[in-house]
Amino acid sequence: MKKALNNILIALVFSMTSFATLANEHGKESHDEKEFDVSEMIMHHVKDAHEWHLWGPEHGGTAIYLPVIIKTDEGIKTFSSSHLYHGEIIHEGENHYYKGVGPAEGFGMFHEKIYALDEHGALHFEDGHVHGNIKPMDFSITKNVTSLFIGSFLVFIIMFSCARFYKKNGAVAPKGIAKFMEPIILFVQDDIAKANINEKKYKKFVPFLLTIFFFIWINNLLGMIPIFPGSANLTGNISVTFFLAALTLVIILVNGNKNYWGHIFAPPGVPKLLLPIMIPIEIVGIFTKPFALMIRLFANITAGHIIILALISIIFINKNVAWGALSVPMALFISILELLVAALQAYLFAMLSALFIGAAVEEAHH
Amino acid sequence: MDLVLPDFGLLFWTGLVFCSLLFLLAKYAWKPILNAVNDRGNSIAEALELAEKTREEMKSLKAENDKILKAAKAERDEILKDAKQTSNEMIEAAKGKSKEEAQKIVDSARDSIRSEKAAAMAELKTHVAALSLEIAEKVVRAELSSDEKQKALANNLASDINMN
Repeated sequence: MKKALNNILIALVFSMTSFATLANEHGKESHDEKEFDVSEMIMHHVKDAHEWHLWGPEHGGTAIYLPVIIKTDEGIKTFSSSHLYHGEIIHEGENHYYKGVGPAEGFGMFHEKIYALDEHGALHFEDGHVHGNIKPMDFSITKNVTSLFIGSFLVFIIMFSCARFYKKNGAVAPKGIAKFMEPIILFVQDDIAKANINEKKYKKFVPFLLTIFFFIWINNLLGMIPIFPGSANLTGNISVTFFLAALTLVIILVNGNKNYWGHIFAPPGVPKLLLPIMIPIEIVGIFTKPFALMIRLFANITAGHIIILALISIIFINKNVAWGALSVPMALFISILELLVAALQAYLFAMLSALFIGAAVEEAHH
Repeated sequence: MDLVLPDFGLLFWTGLVFCSLLFLLAKYAWKPILNAVNDRGNSIAEALELAEKTREEMKSLKAENDKILKAAKAERDEILKDAKQTSNEMIEAAKGKSKEEAQKIVDSARDSIRSEKAAAMAELKTHVAALSLEIAEKVVRAELSSDEKQKALANNLASDINMN
């Protein structure tokens, strides 16, 4: 039975391959379309953007144009990103960039980065990078920032309605959304905070751990929805994970007690001769912990997005819908796996933060 | 490369939004939720403790009840035993008394029978004496009805005396 199933699968894959080859040849003959660049498409989707693309071709499709906020020497300038995307497309060698029109006059956008154009109204390139143009501070409400607003708003609404339930009904058995959220909240409180942090001190850190857990989880899930309001790779963006990890580091440093610093600058039981080696190692250790947090979340979520995009790309590489029979089930499988990863990474981030905080506030025991 | 380089704008917004979210949630969500849930947990723990305590109390109460019941049973047995003994004693006493009484009655009956008998005997004796006297008188009268007979008797009597 299993063997038969395997044979069918193999036959299916082979037949699709031949179909795909046929289609490819046909495609080559008929028209010279721009070559589909998988890595460019994936990078474009994984990175931040000033528009929220909904459907249709990359240029001229339907998109939500998000506000651009840039700080120049003359002050803060605000305009819709449509003035960039619908501006002039300038090709310069291998690179092409958007030249802003209307309120975006004087700015150019290359790979979603906004630069001030020079006196000739152009960007200069060197080795595929913009060189010599001033890059104003970009506080734009980008795709990721919009997703951040939506995700945070969702977290707040969910938790606020939970809180309202308890406010209205008092300490009773939970119902509705509170019934779903309460075990998770209690899990974070008891199994993440209480289990890793000193019994007397853990209460102080519960709000932080809860917020970080639900923030990461909800935004991870939001990123898995393929269309607005999802699809942004927010928790897979290094800026976001950097901030979260930095916040954990700040909390560790602020709350680290005598015992914690003692273990760094005077590790007990270490010979004096080894101290010049041990102390730098311990100091590096302070930073590697949150660094690992930052990289873990970034890499896991970005990898999930890349895998799904790559699997879907199989169809476009081979230019044949039949490949969907292979790529869609695989993408579905990975999506389901990503559902698990979304919760797992939120759990890991909160768990490890709690562990590090716990180590920083641990009382000396001999 | 810029995939792994933090972008200042997004960093700024993340910081702003996350910190506000942390503040808002801490104030309007985590505090009321955790307070309610932990209060409930405490009240459940208290209720359980109370139930346990009550159960213990019930247990001791039951033990006490058992003890009281046992004591009551023992007392009842004692009372029953006493009563039985008393009744037995009473019955015994009554039996003895009635026997005595009966004996007394029998004795008195016997006495009266005896005295009756004696009286009857006495009376009979008197009757017999009177009767014999009468008979003797009649005989004497008949013996003394004629002179010869009187003589014969006198002789007879005289012979008797002589013989003595």
